[in-house]
Amino acid sequence: MATTETMTINMGPQHPSTHGVLQLVLELDGETILKAVPHIGFLHRGTEKLSENRTYHQVLPLTDRLDYLAPMHNNLGYVLAVEKLLGITDQIPERAQTVRVIMAELTRIKSHLVWLACHALDIGAMTVFLYCFREREHVMDMYEKISGARMTSNYFRVGGLSADLPDGIEKEMRDFIAAMPGHVDTYEGLLTGNKIWQKRIMGNGVISKEAAIDIGLSGPSLRGSGVDWDLRRDNPYCGYDSYDFEVPVSDGCDTWARYRLRLKEMRESCKIIAQALDRLEPGPILADVPKVCLPPKKDVVNTIEGLIHHFKIISDGFKPEAGEIYQGVENPKGEVGYYLVSDGSAKPYRMKIRPASFVNLQALPQMCEGSLIADLIAVIGTLDIVLGEIDR
Amino acid sequence: MSVQTTVENLKAKFAAAVESVTEFRGETTVVVKKEEIVAISTFLRDEEGFNFLTDLCGVDYLGQSPRFMVVYQLYNLETKERLRVKVGVAEDDTRVDTVTGVWGTANWHERECWDLMGISFNNHPDLRRILMPADWEGHPLRKDYPLQGPGRDPYQGRLS
Repeated sequence: MATTETMTINMGPQHPSTHGVLQLVLELDGETILKAVPHIGFLHRGTEKLSENRTYHQVLPLTDRLDYLAPMHNNLGYVLAVEKLLGITDQIPERAQTVRVIMAELTRIKSHLVWLACHALDIGAMTVFLYCFREREHVMDMYEKISGARMTSNYFRVGGLSADLPDGIEKEMRDFIAAMPGHVDTYEGLLTGNKIWQKRIMGNGVISKEAAIDIGLSGPSLRGSGVDWDLRRDNPYCGYDSYDFEVPVSDGCDTWARYRLRLKEMRESCKIIAQALDRLEPGPILADVPKVCLPPKKDVVNTIEGLIHHFKIISDGFKPEAGEIYQGVENPKGEVGYYLVSDGSAKPYRMKIRPASFVNLQALPQMCEGSLIADLIAVIGTLDIVLGEIDR
Repeated sequence: MSVQTTVENLKAKFAAAVESVTEFRGETTVVVKKEEIVAISTFLRDEEGFNFLTDLCGVDYLGQSPRFMVVYQLYNLETKERLRVKVGVAEDDTRVDTVTGVWGTANWHERECWDLMGISFNNHPDLRRILMPADWEGHPLRKDYPLQGPGRDPYQGRLS
């Protein structure tokens, strides 16, 4: 009688298709996965511990480095959380809100482009990768013009924005969103009707609606399992409730469904940016809360109040009253939330980040067990994980 | 059904277990006894529709009693409402019953809470460290754990 043994192998932490330093210990029977155990933490930088020792303004650059493919969303979640803690949410100027929405949606496009590029490359469709990175480069250029950095943007501030949009950027954005749906058509032309692509992802990584809720999936991964939930629409922030957009939902529950709806999300993001650009009016970009928001440089050098406020904010920081709040935002990957506890001092007493990828990765074993090892690569791609956010 | 109704129902059903209810910036926080957390979680999920556990974490209130709090951020996918439930954990008995049976997502969150805060969870299926190396000593997010890590001089600030 022939006997078979199972084999245990390591995949990662330095494997090109694990999207960073993810280690998976796989127990295999031939090519079939019996058990997959993710090991994480290789990129742990102690963001939460560090934040307890910095003032609220100083924490902001740490948040860029969580999900580095969507830095502005992390910034946004954090500044909204601090604004909520301070109780100044309704004092944010209209222009700052609108620019935040524009940047958030540009970031969503940017993040989804990396997802599509890497997902397709992992499965073997290399052309898409090159096209996606071409478009992503446009977004990066705009990012650089607006915030001064390609990835670690650090552009939003508690109370508004760090700087106004540069001249001529609006036209560039309009050109970009006018061309983007055509680019999405190109990707679809390369993939959607492609028999190999279909065979690889249809019926792959299936997770039912109940299981997805139980394991805590959020964002497109949850909507791909038929749960109609989007924080932008259901718990609106930054005035998202005044925009007209659709939340794509699919009850396919597989990688194909998630692929289709992420592409739709990119088209919806273009619509949101177009509406936001239409309503962009000149105006202040920072709330009029002098004890929290840094004064403009000309006030710092010309007025005594400006100088004192600048000095106090930089040296002491501001002190929210004691309390605790939670603020979640719809990151391209799912819900990113910040739980802030204040003890009345200038530093967060506790900051807990709810990372979308961390929770989504938890679903990986149940989505790939029983399938082939090649399907695991597609599951990692469809979960759209970023290790910077998982490990914090 | 609003969060207020949920809190009323919770008080009616678990009168002895609800310790306090606070409102801050429109968010409701309920502190309950840790012995009842599984029963209360099950009740909130099944009867009140809080079927989504957004997050779970520990907070260290060093010098206060109880020293730790375990915080559960709940979400209702039907009504899109949030509720925060907290349990106090004393320093000499840092154990709470696991809620992995109620929300599967609690598994990794509780591992992280054990890893970084040193709160262990009874009956957890797989309570290992998750972010720190397996042989790490201590729990970094505790307030008495040095920022620079063990065995190093404290950070003096930037000298230049």
